Amino acid sequence: MAAVQETIDQVRQIDVDQYKYGFETIIEVDKAPKGLSEDIIRFISAKKQEPEWMLEWRLDAYQRWLTMEEPTWARVDYPKIDFNELYYYAAPKNMTGPSSLEEVDPELLRVYEKLGIPLQEQEMLAGVQKPRVAVDAVFDSVSVVTTFKKELQKAGVIFMSISEAIREHPELIKQYLGSVVPTTDNYYATLNAAVFTDGSFVFVPKGVRCPMELSTYFRINEKNTGQFERTLIIAEEGAYVSYLEGCTAPQRDENQLHAAVVELVALDDAEIKYSTVQNWYPGDAQGKGGIYNFVTKRGDCRGHRSKISWTQVETGSAITWKYPSCILRGDDSRGEFYSIAVSNGYQQIDSGTKMIHLGKNTSSRIISKGISAGRSNNTYRGQVSIHRRAENARNFTNCDSLLIGDKCGAHTVPYIEVKNASAQVEHEATTSKISDDQKFYVMQRGIPEEEAIALIVNGFVKDVIQELPMEFAVEAQKLIGISLEGSVG
Amino acid sequence: MLEIKNLHARIAEDGTEIIRGLNLTVKAGEVAAIMGPNGSGKSTLSYILSGREDYEVTEGDILYNGESILDLDPAERASKGIFLAFQYPVEIPGVATMQFLKVAMNEQRKARGEEELTTPDFIRRVKEAAAELKIDPAMLRRPLNVGFSGGEKKRAEILQMALLEPKLCILDETDSGLDIDALKIVADGVNALKSPDRAVIVITHYQRLLEYIVPDTVHVLYKGQVIRSGDKDLALELEANGYADIIGKAA
Repeated sequence: MAAVQETIDQVRQIDVDQYKYGFETIIEVDKAPKGLSEDIIRFISAKKQEPEWMLEWRLDAYQRWLTMEEPTWARVDYPKIDFNELYYYAAPKNMTGPSSLEEVDPELLRVYEKLGIPLQEQEMLAGVQKPRVAVDAVFDSVSVVTTFKKELQKAGVIFMSISEAIREHPELIKQYLGSVVPTTDNYYATLNAAVFTDGSFVFVPKGVRCPMELSTYFRINEKNTGQFERTLIIAEEGAYVSYLEGCTAPQRDENQLHAAVVELVALDDAEIKYSTVQNWYPGDAQGKGGIYNFVTKRGDCRGHRSKISWTQVETGSAITWKYPSCILRGDDSRGEFYSIAVSNGYQQIDSGTKMIHLGKNTSSRIISKGISAGRSNNTYRGQVSIHRRAENARNFTNCDSLLIGDKCGAHTVPYIEVKNASAQVEHEATTSKISDDQKFYVMQRGIPEEEAIALIVNGFVKDVIQELPMEFAVEAQKLIGISLEGSVG
Repeated sequence: MLEIKNLHARIAEDGTEIIRGLNLTVKAGEVAAIMGPNGSGKSTLSYILSGREDYEVTEGDILYNGESILDLDPAERASKGIFLAFQYPVEIPGVATMQFLKVAMNEQRKARGEEELTTPDFIRRVKEAAAELKIDPAMLRRPLNVGFSGGEKKRAEILQMALLEPKLCILDETDSGLDIDALKIVADGVNALKSPDRAVIVITHYQRLLEYIVPDTVHVLYKGQVIRSGDKDLALELEANGYADIIGKAA
């Protein structure tokens, strides 16, 4: 069949080298020696001017990590990582912590400008129509600048790098850090606890609605550097915050490791909305290079009537291993997970969520849209667990997979565990291909092939795009289009 | 406007020859009806004209305004003004009809080097065309063809045709699945588009549609060839005597 043969040829020529964020920035860096040891951890802790208790916390985690085994249950395949070949700390020179915009190396600001990230508060304030977003920018191992800090302070919101928070708000850190993802949680989370370098900290006090979107942009620049970011968001009683993270990295032949931990805590009546647009370098057309994205994200609906919502658009990384989850501890709490995962070339994605229902009348909703192209593999792995005392728990799960071409794979692995008879759990799953009929129909109206595919795919993911903050929905749609470029001729 | 010369074409997948030496000329301003029994190659012809990949042209040529279009993909042919109203319009989940129309209109304008439509201009055009075809504005907000009734799908096809303003309109069995009222609305829509610089090819099994869209020429297709051509009376003759008579004479 000629049409199929053509598709095969097209897929062979796949060009994921069109990664648009693949530039490298030459900047003087301050690096830790290669490898992992207690001394390296002491080095990181010292660089961050951390108190003694923080160092102890890290060292405990490190000791624990040494006894742990790398997990192998995910449907991903990669050569063994030599953790002693990595650098665990890299910072632009003369930059040990955040500073005001004026003090930042202009070269760094240009990087973020290239990435399209608005750091210039003035410019944003001048534009009447522009959405106002407070940004924390993390470059390799340090946060370089956090914008709108003063204005947020007025509202009582704390938004700063986690390194700063450890120094300035030790009582909050001691109370909450590791309370959702304990240092013993899993191989990569434990490693992160030992060596994490930076990330964001958000605290929204009782009754406060955060006046603007908060966002963090992560950028891995240095070669052979692991990025281990740690983010902690706390919404006190009745508070609300919407947070967005974005990620990019330069193109490199070597694989780079990114092992983050994100913890969310929502107290009574609080709501946290966490959105991710992940576009780490996916590797080249032969599957060489790319980021290993091994991430632990978990939200704790600790209070009654609290709500945590995860929305993710995953288009980058060579390997993604990520399950943003919700622990529905408070009665009447609600967890949501909306995901778009696009894989092309040789990318491997194993992603999904866990909804752990502990409280009464808890509800959860999972909408997952997987799109596979090229020779990629895309797995949805999800767990819905209804515990004994979770009376009247509800879950609705919908997993749809879309295949482009015939060399890629889509897999759905749902685990459902119900220990209370009053639970209602629904699961729907579909797998479809972009049919030749659809493509021909759309093209017959004058829409070129790649735009036709992008249009059909954006229709497929519409339910999830709607969940993204407005200003990022358009960006996400474009990103999905770019990621699928080269998936057809 | 359209000149098909000794066209031979087969299904790419299994090599079955469907079009076997077809000749046909359609002039600007003309309404040409193509009739024929099931399996004669009518729908295949419409797909080949619009560039569907599943068919291979093995011999002959298709000239559109004097130029061969065989090397153009469906989108390129569409932006040159070739439009196919599908017998079975395809569902596009999650893409609102309105959004689809906008993308299609602007992509075609882009291909022709024209400016994109402004939103008010776009909305005005869609509203006017939809009103002509008695299309409920609520339908335009629904995903294209998803859950549309047979009549709604066919009206949506004619709406797209009206908005894209093609030069060569191919209607593939547009009458199938329509009741008489819907048929009239669709036929009125097509008739409104008739103009001296536009040609219409009406592919149909029955004479019924031709009572409303009156053809200038009628061509009978059988086993991938035009076996007889005539004026509108030929359609009536077919209606009265069936295809067997003509096929018998041709054989």
